[in-house]
Amino acid sequence: SWQFLLILFVFLKKAVMALTRFFCSSLQERQFYEEGKPFTCLDGSRTIPFDRVNDDYCDCEDGSDEPGTAACPNGSFHCTNAGFRPAFIPSSRINDGICDCCDTTDEYNSGAACQNTCRELGSKEREIMKEMAEIAKEGFLLKQQLIQEAKSGLEEKKAKLAEVQVSKKDLEDKLEALRTVKETAEQPEKEAKERHLKAWEDEKAAIRLEKDKAKMAEVFLELDDDADGFVSVADLLTHSELDPDSDGSFTEAEAQGLLGGVDKVDTAAFESVWNNIKEKYVSESNADIPAPVETPQEETREPVPENDSEQYPEEDIPEEEEDDDEEDEDEDPDDGDYKVSPVRISIRFMKDDHEFLFNLDLHFVCRNLEKEISFDFGPGAEFAYLYGQCYELSTSEYIYRLCPFNRVSQKPKYGGSETNLGSWGKWTGPEDNVYSLMKYEHGTGCWQGPNRSTTVKLTCGKETVVLSTSEPSRCEYLMEFTTPAVCQEPQSLYPDAHDHTEL
Amino acid sequence: MASVLLLWLAVCLSGTWAVDKGNFKTCDQSAFCKRQRALKPGESPYRALLETMELTNTRLTLQLINDNNKVRLLLELYRLQGNITRVKINELKPLKPRYEVPDVLIREPPTEPLSLLSQDENGVVLSLGAESQRVIVSARPFRLDIMEGRDVLMSLNSRGLLAFEHLRMQKVEDGMWEESFKSHADSKPSGPSAVSLDFSLPGVEHVYGIPEHADTLRLKTTDNGDPYRLYNLDVFQYELYNPMALYGAVPVMLAHNAQRTTGIFWLNAAETWVDISSNTTVFGKMLDYVQGSSETPQTDVRWISESGIIDVFIMLGPTPKDIFSQYASLTGTQSFPPLSALAYHQCRWNYNDQKDVQEVDAGFDEHDIPYDFIWLDIEHTDGKRYFTWDPHKFASPKEMLQGLVEKKRKMVAIVDPHIKVDSNYKIHNEIRSKGFYIKNKDGGDYEGWCWPGSAGYPDFTRADMRAWWASMFAYDQYEGSMENLYTWNDMNEPSVFNGPEVTMHKDAMHGAWEHRDVHNLYGFYVQMATAEGLIQRSGGVERPFVLTRAFFAGSQRYGAVWTGDNAAEWDHLKISIPMCLSLGLVGISFCGADVGGFFKSPSTELLVRWYQTGAYQPFFRAHAHLDTPRREPWLFGPENTALIREAVRQRYTLLPYWYQQFYQAHQTGEPIMRPLWVEYPQDPATFAIDDEFLIGRDLLVHPVTEEGARGVTAYLPGKDELWFDVHTFQKHNGAQNLYIPVTMSSIPVFQRGGSIIPRKLRVRRSSTCMEHDPYTLYVALNPQRTAEGELYIDDGHTFNYEKKEFILRKLSFTKNILSSVNMAPDAQFSTRSWIERIIILGASKPSKVTLKTAGGQESQVEFEFDASMSVLTLRKPGMNAGVDWSVTLQ
Repeated sequence: SWQFLLILFVFLKKAVMALTRFFCSSLQERQFYEEGKPFTCLDGSRTIPFDRVNDDYCDCEDGSDEPGTAACPNGSFHCTNAGFRPAFIPSSRINDGICDCCDTTDEYNSGAACQNTCRELGSKEREIMKEMAEIAKEGFLLKQQLIQEAKSGLEEKKAKLAEVQVSKKDLEDKLEALRTVKETAEQPEKEAKERHLKAWEDEKAAIRLEKDKAKMAEVFLELDDDADGFVSVADLLTHSELDPDSDGSFTEAEAQGLLGGVDKVDTAAFESVWNNIKEKYVSESNADIPAPVETPQEETREPVPENDSEQYPEEDIPEEEEDDDEEDEDEDPDDGDYKVSPVRISIRFMKDDHEFLFNLDLHFVCRNLEKEISFDFGPGAEFAYLYGQCYELSTSEYIYRLCPFNRVSQKPKYGGSETNLGSWGKWTGPEDNVYSLMKYEHGTGCWQGPNRSTTVKLTCGKETVVLSTSEPSRCEYLMEFTTPAVCQEPQSLYPDAHDHTEL
Repeated sequence: MASVLLLWLAVCLSGTWAVDKGNFKTCDQSAFCKRQRALKPGESPYRALLETMELTNTRLTLQLINDNNKVRLLLELYRLQGNITRVKINELKPLKPRYEVPDVLIREPPTEPLSLLSQDENGVVLSLGAESQRVIVSARPFRLDIMEGRDVLMSLNSRGLLAFEHLRMQKVEDGMWEESFKSHADSKPSGPSAVSLDFSLPGVEHVYGIPEHADTLRLKTTDNGDPYRLYNLDVFQYELYNPMALYGAVPVMLAHNAQRTTGIFWLNAAETWVDISSNTTVFGKMLDYVQGSSETPQTDVRWISESGIIDVFIMLGPTPKDIFSQYASLTGTQSFPPLSALAYHQCRWNYNDQKDVQEVDAGFDEHDIPYDFIWLDIEHTDGKRYFTWDPHKFASPKEMLQGLVEKKRKMVAIVDPHIKVDSNYKIHNEIRSKGFYIKNKDGGDYEGWCWPGSAGYPDFTRADMRAWWASMFAYDQYEGSMENLYTWNDMNEPSVFNGPEVTMHKDAMHGAWEHRDVHNLYGFYVQMATAEGLIQRSGGVERPFVLTRAFFAGSQRYGAVWTGDNAAEWDHLKISIPMCLSLGLVGISFCGADVGGFFKSPSTELLVRWYQTGAYQPFFRAHAHLDTPRREPWLFGPENTALIREAVRQRYTLLPYWYQQFYQAHQTGEPIMRPLWVEYPQDPATFAIDDEFLIGRDLLVHPVTEEGARGVTAYLPGKDELWFDVHTFQKHNGAQNLYIPVTMSSIPVFQRGGSIIPRKLRVRRSSTCMEHDPYTLYVALNPQRTAEGELYIDDGHTFNYEKKEFILRKLSFTKNILSSVNMAPDAQFSTRSWIERIIILGASKPSKVTLKTAGGQESQVEFEFDASMSVLTLRKPGMNAGVDWSVTLQ
């Protein structure tokens, strides 16, 4: 057996008890405690006679001479916990009357009536682990599916985007006709015109930026040949057109230069790289044709020429976007599906002042597609399926609603208006697990407090469900959410189970 | 806890962050204060009628007459045991009785004989016993002078400001029969009834006390502003450095100079204002200079109360410690709390539910930070009905409490005195049916607005009401309560959201008395009844722990006090020192401020500094407003978690010393957190210091309370003293200003040479877990190479110490022998704790160290000597902490 037991006699001078005590040090450390030989503190600070090891007095600054007593303030104690997981506890928990180790070894002299619960805990844990592994296994399969679906979905959407863009020509004609109708209906006010012009310019810039981002994301995926989530020097070298000095030899150093001096970049860092290479970059899908330089002017998405923008009163500028999104959701929760006539133009006449209102869905379809394509749906776009969906949880007082990548809200069950608990912000998990936390921010402001915000904690599950909500701090909400998209490949989560049942 | 919701709105509208001063009266807006303050010093209209003098063995009585209106007063003068003189003045024949404060004095103070030294038509001279102390009663105008030898210690009515508004039949006089403040009318059914008296303190430039005010330790003169006000009020977002009234009131002032300390205890529970003036203001000094005069400095004080009588105790010291013992003989000493109450408390408005409590509890273990108490604010109740639990969030309180029991931890739940008016609420129904509510002026139950909405206020001035209230804490009455659940009384000024100045109407009735008469006593009674409840529920076995926001003289007997709803600002951190020092001087030692600040959110630096400061103040509790972000100690990154952990751990290592200090305070009434001048009364450099303080005699603390501090300058007192940095063991001489460079981990603390301080270095999850742990003794030698200290041990939580179940040992180091001697041979207790280490600071290297125990056995003790710091460490002498032993250095 790998078990190592060290037997020590701890003599407490003057105290009535002369107590015999087994203690276990961990596998890694056992070699240092050799009975009878002088002991050198693990930090090497000093060497003491062996009878000062575990004599209930702290001699080593690192606490290493007292692995079995509470004498050192910074010591730790190893519970073997046979049948369960071994653990280290701070040595201040030895003999404090509280059972910490399931094998009761931490309470050898406190009089605490501890029961050995390791077997129970072990089997319970194994059960849970098994259950979790099963969930993870199924979840992981589902995740693979999601990744596949996302992949084809993305392609579909890109195709759709292209299609939509083509149909703009058609739209333009229609608009031209509408314009005539409208012009005869009313002369627009000059002020409104100027305001709108400005809004339209801003929007165009935003569209350009989004387009550029989408393009960037696309290029990133293209470049990332091994799909590891990073664009590396090797990835760049396959694109000789990016050679900065165009001298015919694209070196690793040059490629590294383009990456800002590092070997590889992730999507976030790629942004600055993109600015350096977008002029030159030739897409792999049409490598023979030079990539069109991004000139928004060439884009035909704009519903009308600029000089006609006066025709659109400010009500149709994108401030309405959110509302429209919501309407979409309400009417058609499956709004990821754009097959149903994406081009829809509605024209309204206001009753009293004959103001000509105009709502152009095509524009939003276009933008939504671009927006959707630009989201960070995870390394395999496994979170893409959440987009456009909403999940609810009903508590005693409220209905909480999470619309991933969009917003979180809270509506009182018995009347009262909805409160925005935050709009999609970013992934905020720890570095090694970025996709475990979502942050929704800038919700409705709190009285004398911050704007409401919500952290969504994602855990692996077969189903996509909001498990719980809480408000740990005023106006800072926490939501627990399960989804297969965060399931990890269940790689032997309980491999030692058999070993641990020994003893 | 928070203040008034309505005021939130007011603040919102005014757009400023500070107290809305308009909600609280100035002296000018308080009719009696305005009237009284309009009287200027001059010849008193009062004359003593010597022919009415009666002198018995215990008291002198004498009539006074006001020559303006011929109303007669009765003066009573007592000499009390312990160098205290009591002066009582009432109307000789009031229309109806005037209120005299009951229950604050622990007994009728025992008297000593007065003797007549001389008498003529101008007055009489009475002896105050030994030390040539006399009282001179002058007849025309009436005044009292207390003399010692040729020195006047104190004069009463020397400025002629004695005023006594006699009760009278109603007639219309502006402000005397009715007044209003904002939208609130005060019907003043008894009309004018104010009392006022002046005290002159020759030779005094420093006066202290009369808490609670957010002001410096040394009181300021009030000539150019309002007097200090004593009127218990729930002040929303209080401002610093002004004389406005706050949550509590202790009408006790200390006067000090290098020769003597005296005290004035003005026993009156009505609204009170205190004016202070001095001849050593800039003007006075200049005058001295110009005239070349050698006029002695003098401070003049004037007390004004709205009703009641004049009942004043003049405590003649002469030392600060004499004053503490004199005051304690009147109102009692600090209650002796359970040891765990001295440990760290984690509070927040609010821990949301049981799961939250459990997670915070686990968080402390995960981050290896000890704590003893977790607190629940008002949201834990079922709709702000105290003694109940929210059925969803706290569905199984006993389960939660049991979880804490298993970790040897405890909980405090809030119980406020406002009772929701709700016929489905048992507590309300019982109070109503027993007629225990305070009545409004028309005889119905008084109702005010507070957390639960409409609320009644039990009349805690009634003994039968208090007995009933106490019975509500019985385990079978207070559902969900257990032994490890303790109590917090908030809002007991009382706070009435829709009342005048956010408190109760003065014409509300407590039986025959108006609220006006008893106002400042309300919170005192609430805590008294609650503490009694906690004692009774255990059959008188367990010590209670009750925190109160409002207080009065005598509140020290019932538990702890905190400085109310402060804010997360550096100035609020700084003011926590003088605020607690002032409370300590008037007997209330168990004081603390909300660590981190209640309102607003502290910067990480401020939070860390506050933990470091709070760890060295008597009541150590972190608290936060509902609307602030969470601030449990581990939420600010590992570095700051480590800093906070270290501060809390320092507190835990010192718990044996804190506990011993509380035992002492309980015996003597001496403050625990004390100003330097208390220990160095002859050193004027210490008289105004309030950015550092002593804990007991032996620890000096100068917390870092400046943002971005690189260093602090601490005054180390005592020209013959040595002070040892407790972290580095660096030795410093006394009587110097020492600059100490600081980093974020620094908490400048010094141990006095000549002292021995016991610590427990094995810091565990909670103080209870450390009960049987061994001690390390820190022996700091003075220049004479001696030191002494005490070690007090008992079970930590019961009243059995009153039955002599404790260990009290005197530890002394002299002539190279450190010994432990039993100071309480008639007491019996045994401990499992032993002495694991002795650290002697300022030692020289011995060749041999021998331990001798009671049986006469001798053994050698191993040691290490650090020559660079002169620190000798004795390794594991191992003797039991409760027995006789000695260690000899050779």
